[in-house]
Amino acid sequence: MRRPLAASTIHFSNVNFKNLILTAFYIPLGMCALVAMPNWAGAHGFAGERFFPATISTDDPFVADELSLPTFQAIRVPGAPPTKTFDLSADIALKLTPSIGIEVADGYMLQKSPGSRLRTGFDNVVVGGKYQFLLDAEHEMIVSVGANAEIGGTGRASIGADRFSTITPGLFFGKGLGDLPDSVWALRPFALTGQVGVSFPTSSSVQGTRISNQLRWGLAVEYSLIYLEEHVKDVGLCAPLKRLIPLVEFAMQTPLNRISGPTTGTVNPGVIWSGQYFQLGVEAIIPINSHTGNNVGVVAQLHFYLDDILPKIFGKPLINP
Amino acid sequence: MLVFIASAWAHAFIDHAEPAVGSKLASPPGAVKIWFTERLEPALSKIQVFDSQGAEVDERDTKVDPKNGQLLVVSLPAIKSGKYRVSWRVVSVDTHVTNGSFEFEITG
Repeated sequence: MRRPLAASTIHFSNVNFKNLILTAFYIPLGMCALVAMPNWAGAHGFAGERFFPATISTDDPFVADELSLPTFQAIRVPGAPPTKTFDLSADIALKLTPSIGIEVADGYMLQKSPGSRLRTGFDNVVVGGKYQFLLDAEHEMIVSVGANAEIGGTGRASIGADRFSTITPGLFFGKGLGDLPDSVWALRPFALTGQVGVSFPTSSSVQGTRISNQLRWGLAVEYSLIYLEEHVKDVGLCAPLKRLIPLVEFAMQTPLNRISGPTTGTVNPGVIWSGQYFQLGVEAIIPINSHTGNNVGVVAQLHFYLDDILPKIFGKPLINP
Repeated sequence: MLVFIASAWAHAFIDHAEPAVGSKLASPPGAVKIWFTERLEPALSKIQVFDSQGAEVDERDTKVDPKNGQLLVVSLPAIKSGKYRVSWRVVSVDTHVTNGSFEFEITG
């Protein structure tokens, strides 16, 4: 589970600071489908030979036992006056079955505007789930559906936590390019992960400000030096370079109704180092337009692979049909 | 959390291999050796080597090195020039399964 940190924080700064991860919780239909179509999903982040890291700014397609603690974000949010925002957050994801996972996330925010005192507090809790219904090892492909619910009123209003809830069902995918022919071997370490969903707020306006449904979409373009070294060509990289995954993430949202406005979002170039038990990632947060913001921010994350750290506890689904 | 890491196990990944991943050799190797990042379960770990026609050419004698529990070896007969695919599937001692493949080429 990854949160579209930058996009949610920056967009429509006069409305709120939705700053929690896009997680997923299961559409009841998906639950029913699971019973009829069980699918062993494998270890965290794997599709055949492909290891997908947990992306930072967009959600990833797999279900897993994992913990992001902490995710730190710093950015100046536009407004009158602009606000410096720091966010420390955590999320935990657990497998219920081999292809169903649940997730919970929350964050603690610090905000400072010129001439005003520091505001602090927790953001709204987000709960979610995901159903991974396709795993094609040969073609390094994963597809999942899921949804999240940001529970309104669970965070502190003074830091912008909404009083209403927002439910966001979505589709998540991952595709490695390892099945490309040898003639383009240098492209085989590339992989894409992405998500597309629509957010449904439970309120259409707050204090005269209209709240729209939004198309939320994200994409991560990754180049895995791990994959290059292990499966394509040993180019002699030494540690820690051989465990790096440079990537660029795109976290976007477009209002669909009630208000007219452009697409907002960020482009987040960065790098993830993946070890045996945890990964470290850092990305710049670059607004795509002035509606999103004018300042570059940063996000960094420490992410633990719980099934590797505590295999006897987390190595198996909580429910093993 | 970090307290647990030192005593934990995890998925086994390739550290390095002989022949190297994607390498070109002038003469055929006598064996394929793969060093993994974790200790392996000998009975459940194996390497297979296939020629360009998909025929298995190794000696089917995969074994974990008795002196190094992270080294997996399979012997090769005198194989001809051409491309070969090494396919591995290993189980680390904590039962995590990983698999993968890579190619090497004999040009001589």
